[in-house]
Amino acid sequence: MLSPADWMIWSLATLFEAAVVVCSVHRKVFRRYFFLNLYMLFNVLVSLGRFQVLIHQGRSSVEYRYFYFYSDALLTIVLFFALISLYSFVFQELQLERYLRLGAVLVLAGTAWFSYAVVNQSSARMLTHFAFELSQNLYFIGLVLTYALWGAILKLRETRVLLVQLVLSLGVYFSAYAASYAISNLRPNLFSYIYLLVPIIGCLLPLAWAYAIWRVPEEARLAPARLAVVPR
Amino acid sequence: MMAGVIFAFSAAALLQFFVSYCRSLIAASSKQVLSAEVKDVTGIQRIPSGDDFRRVMQLLQLCPERPEDRNSVQAIGAYFRLLNFLRSTVARLVPSMHAWTESERGQCAYFAAVTLERRISFSRDMLAQQMDA
Repeated sequence: MLSPADWMIWSLATLFEAAVVVCSVHRKVFRRYFFLNLYMLFNVLVSLGRFQVLIHQGRSSVEYRYFYFYSDALLTIVLFFALISLYSFVFQELQLERYLRLGAVLVLAGTAWFSYAVVNQSSARMLTHFAFELSQNLYFIGLVLTYALWGAILKLRETRVLLVQLVLSLGVYFSAYAASYAISNLRPNLFSYIYLLVPIIGCLLPLAWAYAIWRVPEEARLAPARLAVVPR
Repeated sequence: MMAGVIFAFSAAALLQFFVSYCRSLIAASSKQVLSAEVKDVTGIQRIPSGDDFRRVMQLLQLCPERPEDRNSVQAIGAYFRLLNFLRSTVARLVPSMHAWTESERGQCAYFAAVTLERRISFSRDMLAQQMDA
């Protein structure tokens, strides 16, 4: 069953996810940031679904594990498309949308093929392992793509504060997740601490997005060179 | 081996994204001019120094909290601690790093002063609403 801390983190995460959608609707940017909102809506639904399964079947049940991994794979795919939508904002003026869509489908298909190839060699419950493998690989691809997007923002001198904050918070989220996965592989004895850390990291992205959408006006601008760690 | 490489890459990326995110929060407040009243209270006259940060944060704790500020104040607090750590380690060996951390710490203090200004006007608005009611 859930401990009081688990309850609190779960409620906060669901609340922040819903807050992103509410803020977007209130600021009339829901359609503009459709994929970001879609990801948050899916997150709310998945949180509620997981909670239902958890209450009825328990955390150690097979049903909960299946639901968890399949829903996680689905969420990662939607988050991948949210990231691609941020790419299309940055490259809007270069009119590369068609190529971006094609590239996104190719990257997704390539990641799925790679995950299948890894699972195919050694697994009996292939579909479940495929969902887990795909999810993990997409997280790392997401981190690399977000890093490349940040490079493009600096290079193209993107000045929209809201877009910059959305990308940077996504970068923090992806890199924190990737670091926590990697460290739990390096030091399995730290897994019990990482297990507590992961839901907290999960709260940060909706919190930062809700803050950015609520507080930063669409027309706010800044010089991106000021944000680079290494001065340009 | 692979997990080690992924960890090194993601930790470096995390640091870079976090620093840039904090700087984007600071940049949004750096254009705002402080009122004479807040300048008097905080002691920041022209260029803020990193040593002002703690004092301004203490003043900030005395004001009623605005929910929309909480996230950014916590992020900048963490950034300030990171800068202090760099200042007491790496910056001792690299003089240019020392100047950079000092300037960033000053920017953090300015951010805190701008937040203080917002909280003061928020408290005044709340008081005015209560008086009207």
